[in-house]
Amino acid sequence: MGLSTSLLLTIALAPLVGCLLAGFLGKFIGRAGSHTVTILGVAISCALAFYVLYQLTLGGAPVYNQNLYTWFQIGHFNASVGFMVDRLTAMMLVVVSFVSLLVHLYTIGYMSDDPGYKRFFAYISLFTFSMFMLVMSNNFMQLFFGWEAVGLVSYLLIGFWYKKPTAIFANLKAFLVNRVGDFGFLLGIAGVLYFLGTMDYNTAFAAAPSLVGKTLQITANTHWDAATVICICLFIGAMGKSAQVPLHVWLPDSMEGPTPISALIHAATMVTAGIFMVARMSPLFELSQTALSFIMVIGATTALFTGMIGIVQNDIKRVIAYSTLSQLGYMTVALGVSAYTGAVYHLMTHAFFKALLFLGAGSVIIAMHHEQDMRYMGGLRKYMPITWITMWIGSLALCGVPFFSGFYSKDAIIEAVGQSHRWGAGYAYFCVMAGAMVTGLYTFRQMYLTFHGKERFTVVEHHGHAHLDDHHDHHEQGVLEHAPHESPWVVTLPLMLLAIPSLFVGFFTVGPMLFGNWFGNAIHIDEANNVLAEVGKEFHGALDMALHGFSPFGPFGLVLLAFAIQTYIYLFNPAMAGKIKSALKPLWTVLDNKYWVDNVYFAVFARGGVKMGQGFWKVADAGLIDGVMVNGSVSVVHRIAATVRRLQSGYLYHYAFAMILGLIVLLGGYLLIGTGVAGQ
Amino acid sequence: MITLSHYIVLGAILFCIAVAGLFINRKNVIVLLMSIELMLLAVNTNFVAFSRFLGDVSGQVFVFFILTVAAAEAAIGLAILVLLFRNRSTINISDIDSMKG
Repeated sequence: MGLSTSLLLTIALAPLVGCLLAGFLGKFIGRAGSHTVTILGVAISCALAFYVLYQLTLGGAPVYNQNLYTWFQIGHFNASVGFMVDRLTAMMLVVVSFVSLLVHLYTIGYMSDDPGYKRFFAYISLFTFSMFMLVMSNNFMQLFFGWEAVGLVSYLLIGFWYKKPTAIFANLKAFLVNRVGDFGFLLGIAGVLYFLGTMDYNTAFAAAPSLVGKTLQITANTHWDAATVICICLFIGAMGKSAQVPLHVWLPDSMEGPTPISALIHAATMVTAGIFMVARMSPLFELSQTALSFIMVIGATTALFTGMIGIVQNDIKRVIAYSTLSQLGYMTVALGVSAYTGAVYHLMTHAFFKALLFLGAGSVIIAMHHEQDMRYMGGLRKYMPITWITMWIGSLALCGVPFFSGFYSKDAIIEAVGQSHRWGAGYAYFCVMAGAMVTGLYTFRQMYLTFHGKERFTVVEHHGHAHLDDHHDHHEQGVLEHAPHESPWVVTLPLMLLAIPSLFVGFFTVGPMLFGNWFGNAIHIDEANNVLAEVGKEFHGALDMALHGFSPFGPFGLVLLAFAIQTYIYLFNPAMAGKIKSALKPLWTVLDNKYWVDNVYFAVFARGGVKMGQGFWKVADAGLIDGVMVNGSVSVVHRIAATVRRLQSGYLYHYAFAMILGLIVLLGGYLLIGTGVAGQ
Repeated sequence: MITLSHYIVLGAILFCIAVAGLFINRKNVIVLLMSIELMLLAVNTNFVAFSRFLGDVSGQVFVFFILTVAAAEAAIGLAILVLLFRNRSTINISDIDSMKG
């Protein structure tokens, strides 16, 4: 049975309806009404997404690809709205709708005393709609629409607490950095339209081989390979959205937003849009080895170096944010070695366990009364056992411990990079291997600081007015008004529901999805580049892969080493942490300053922009336009008038004299010329 | 024998006296008005002389018109003069320079 258009339309539009109802009619339907309609909308989408996945996998439904509506028409160019739903899309739909549904649910608990409750639900539903439009698109134009729409919602949600200056700074930063990426993306799309003459995926991909040998002349004597230019431009878009070095700076700051959206947008779904896009455009990217090498090097750099920053962070959410950056780097490396399947597979497992980690961190933050600094936590495991256990599951999955879902995707990526012979693969292999250890270091540190060891906060009971005080940020750090306690069920239920796929999804799906050509024609890999097939030759079932994963000479050994180090430091010898910090002072300074990337950007672009603006304002506007053109003409008139007015004596006889003189001159002239003419 | 040129010279002399009156006079607005009247008379003289010389009576008709207009103008000019004096308490031309830039 095929997929029907109305089914797919319902998936996309149900969250939009929820968003419009909660957003515009929130006053009438109230808080409960707002969360009911939005959750209902996403729940419908989620159920239908599972149905679509089922139909495409087991029901034998063919790939759906149709244009539904013509958005606009310019000459021969048609911008249409259409859906293309294959297994790649179906997987994204399931991931997005599932995580989104759980985040909606979680929000009821997390935002319960926030005045912007209804607005928040409207935004996340709008986000879900935009993300669906992005992944279901069958052409570049609609992809771009979804791409910008998720960017917009991300902007709105980072600045959700719009009275907080840091949040406003962060959302502006996210928006500006993404503009840089989107500019590249737009150029890439323009390149596709210029060389292939179409925006439709299928037509463009079918015509893609014609790009080979075409060149693009950008400056006078240089000829660039068209495919390379297009792919790198498209990838620059992915670098912005998926926060790859050097456009990664916005993601850690985006943690200023409420935790549910950090989980949904800045970990599980939106930031992976770049990965999805590159995987979707694999027929284009396969044409350019140069672009793929570029992608691989960028990804490897991101995977290792941003992860290292995570080791020195004290904010629980920032640790996870840097971890997200690092994992996105892993996905990008996988794209770079043509292991698109591995990237997309890691995208899926990562969405589950990273959403779990973020929501767990949110649960901790609620318990700690909006304290995010891990230095004032510790020993929380006895207060909140569910959060503790589920976060350990997420952490182990993140570290790639065998049998957990993260292991299968991450190990496959590392293996694939090891198999690759592409330029830069050696560097990438080093980065992903070292990155495995770095992942262990920051993850275990975070878990120990939060849940284990001594309690580094004190509880001061303030009976009577404790509940009147809504402003959590005025608290003295490390002083709580009541003992932390486990979060309500709306918070813990999503944690448990996310823990299940974090544990099992890898074990059950790795065979077909990663090595079994499950994606079919959705992802195109040239035979010569297919490193994952090389890895797959050694694959004999998920159990066997996990058992091999225990080898101490692989990434697991490095994780084990990290585990041993952090266990020793944070459980048995807490004083060591300070000693190591002072022993490695230079390294610590570099990491604590995030390699000064932010500072450089701030000095060059932000301050440079301000300087340039001031320059334009003072020279061009105040100087040229106001000074020369407006005030200048005024002053010319003024000066001429100041001179000429002296002629005006005010005496009548002067005027009369001037008149007579004029008359004489006129008549005299007339006489002279007139007689001259008459004389002829 | 008094020829046309005598009349024209007379008109020119009258006109020049009038212009001189305008320029040289720095005291009195009434003298100014009188000079203007004199100018008109110079013109009238020319009109009459040419009318007689060419045998065309319309020049003399024109003179009547000019005399009428000159009378009306003198009346208005004197009225302005009275008002001027009332407002500024002077008819000294050197003092009337509010148009000075």
